[in-house]
Amino acid sequence: MSSLVIEGLRAGVGGREIIRGIDLTVGSGEVHVVMGPNGSGKSTLSHVIMGRPGYDVLGGSITLDGADVLAMAPWQRAHAGLFLAMQYPTEVPGVSLEAMLTEALVGAGRVSAVGEVRARMLVEAERIGFDERFLQRPLNVDLSGGEKKRNETLQLGVLQPRIAILDEIDSGLDVDALRDVSRRVEAETNERGLGVLAITHYRRLLTELRPDVVHVLVRGRIVATGGPELADELERTGYAGFAGEDAIPQEPTREIGDPLSDPFADPLA
Amino acid sequence: MEEAAGGVTVVDGFPQVTGGGSAAHERGLRIDLASRLDQCDGGLGSVMADPTDALVELNDAFSPDALVIRVPAGVVVEHPVEVVHRITTRGTAAFPRVVVRVGEGAQVTVVERISSADVAALVVPVTEIDVARGARLAYVSVQELGPAVWQIASQVSHVGQEATFVSAAAGLGGDYARLRTDCRLTSRGASGELLAAYFGEGGQTLDFRTFQDHRAPDTTSNLLFKGAVGGHSRSVYTGLIKVRKEARGTNAFQTNRNIKLSDHAWAESVPNLEIENNEVSCSHASAVGPVDDEQRFYLESRGVPPQVAERLVVAGFFDDVISRIPVEGVGGPLRARIAAKLDRQEW
Repeated sequence: MSSLVIEGLRAGVGGREIIRGIDLTVGSGEVHVVMGPNGSGKSTLSHVIMGRPGYDVLGGSITLDGADVLAMAPWQRAHAGLFLAMQYPTEVPGVSLEAMLTEALVGAGRVSAVGEVRARMLVEAERIGFDERFLQRPLNVDLSGGEKKRNETLQLGVLQPRIAILDEIDSGLDVDALRDVSRRVEAETNERGLGVLAITHYRRLLTELRPDVVHVLVRGRIVATGGPELADELERTGYAGFAGEDAIPQEPTREIGDPLSDPFADPLA
Repeated sequence: MEEAAGGVTVVDGFPQVTGGGSAAHERGLRIDLASRLDQCDGGLGSVMADPTDALVELNDAFSPDALVIRVPAGVVVEHPVEVVHRITTRGTAAFPRVVVRVGEGAQVTVVERISSADVAALVVPVTEIDVARGARLAYVSVQELGPAVWQIASQVSHVGQEATFVSAAAGLGGDYARLRTDCRLTSRGASGELLAAYFGEGGQTLDFRTFQDHRAPDTTSNLLFKGAVGGHSRSVYTGLIKVRKEARGTNAFQTNRNIKLSDHAWAESVPNLEIENNEVSCSHASAVGPVDDEQRFYLESRGVPPQVAERLVVAGFFDDVISRIPVEGVGGPLRARIAAKLDRQEW
């Protein structure tokens, strides 16, 4: 059994505090969903957990099975059992998925034979419906949004983390792809006890991923935690109903999925 | 290279051609010394009637003989022709001269390699290239000189009507190594693709100067030079696209990208455009920067240790230019040389 424990976490970018005190525990086999409006700090939370450069931790702690995650470099966090499926997976010209996964697993001492990585990749590609011809192509280069998310999910399957953070895994996915990705994650949860922290602002992920716990994140704080029924309530009241003393100012309507239209979007994404 | 159509060794600038002068195995291919040809056969200076600079004039003056590679009209030479230059003598000044003439509709691949013993020396190589109407030349030069050698090299090409010239240079060695590339597109429909990959380490200085000279209508040039500098090394790229008045319908592109691997390394990129005709499509792009943080973080977030991630990203950076090298058997060893240089870096 593993558990990712976040306590009193405060973090920001460029001196601006975005995460303003978060407590959250994700255990093996649990599926948690964090929902929140644009700018609430959802993506910042995922980046801080994985140690993306450019984010400042201002207070609090993150531990994985008691080990201090914040003291680890990103690659050490991966070796410790964390995985981040990115909202916008980075294109890496000239580096194949196989080369990366081989180095990742060799670095962690987790493969003994070179052919083992490829065999695992082929199995995962089949399971997630990712075309084999992409395996040797440069990472994420010229992939559609949906292919990138299948690629992230494939890596999750190969790397077999203990806790996976899925940062808006549902953005840019059509219904079929979302279902494939969700089924794959669910299988990991059921078969291996993967713990999941999924971040989204769309309710449709909940119908596919079937979370145990839903958290509502508003202005850098978790303002409500409950079962899946919390999402139904959210549907009726909107985030404003949860804002409490942190009333949300009226925001103009924005184009969904367009990071440029989001003034709070991760500047490094 | 599995098999060569012909091969010649040039030691300290002296071509080692014996007997009748031709080492060619394939039909029609001729490899001769300029001194054994009539001047009208097109030897020394046939392309470079006007030396591009004083160092080419020095080569004119001091080159012991020129190696002339000729492919007659219509002949397709299947295997590459290899010219291997070797600098062996301490304190030497060497002036190798190579002339490549590809006749109308002919096709050939030429690979020039230059290396040295660990000696202090100056080498001033000049390669003249003429690609006649409808011909195709794939030309690769690999520079792996020792750490105490100064090189000042010139490659000048004339590309004729509907002819295709693809050139790739690998700049790996030398203390100071300059390569000047002049590609002159002289008749309608000529096209030149100019590629280079270079990697400086230690205290090396690598200096690339390019001139895409559009002298006729509907000509195309496409340049991609990519380099990395580590240690205290330096690289300079200076490039000019010139589109002359008569070169309507020109397509000319120039891209130079550089990665700095250490705080003490230095790279500069100076692209220039000089356009005298309005009906053209031209672009240039240049960049100097460290290893991409986002790319490195992506790999690290999967569990790839930082040094390995950096090595993968830099090797990947060279991938597009290396994969476009027009000769089989060059890319693999070049990737290995780059990997070895990366392994020697202090991050």
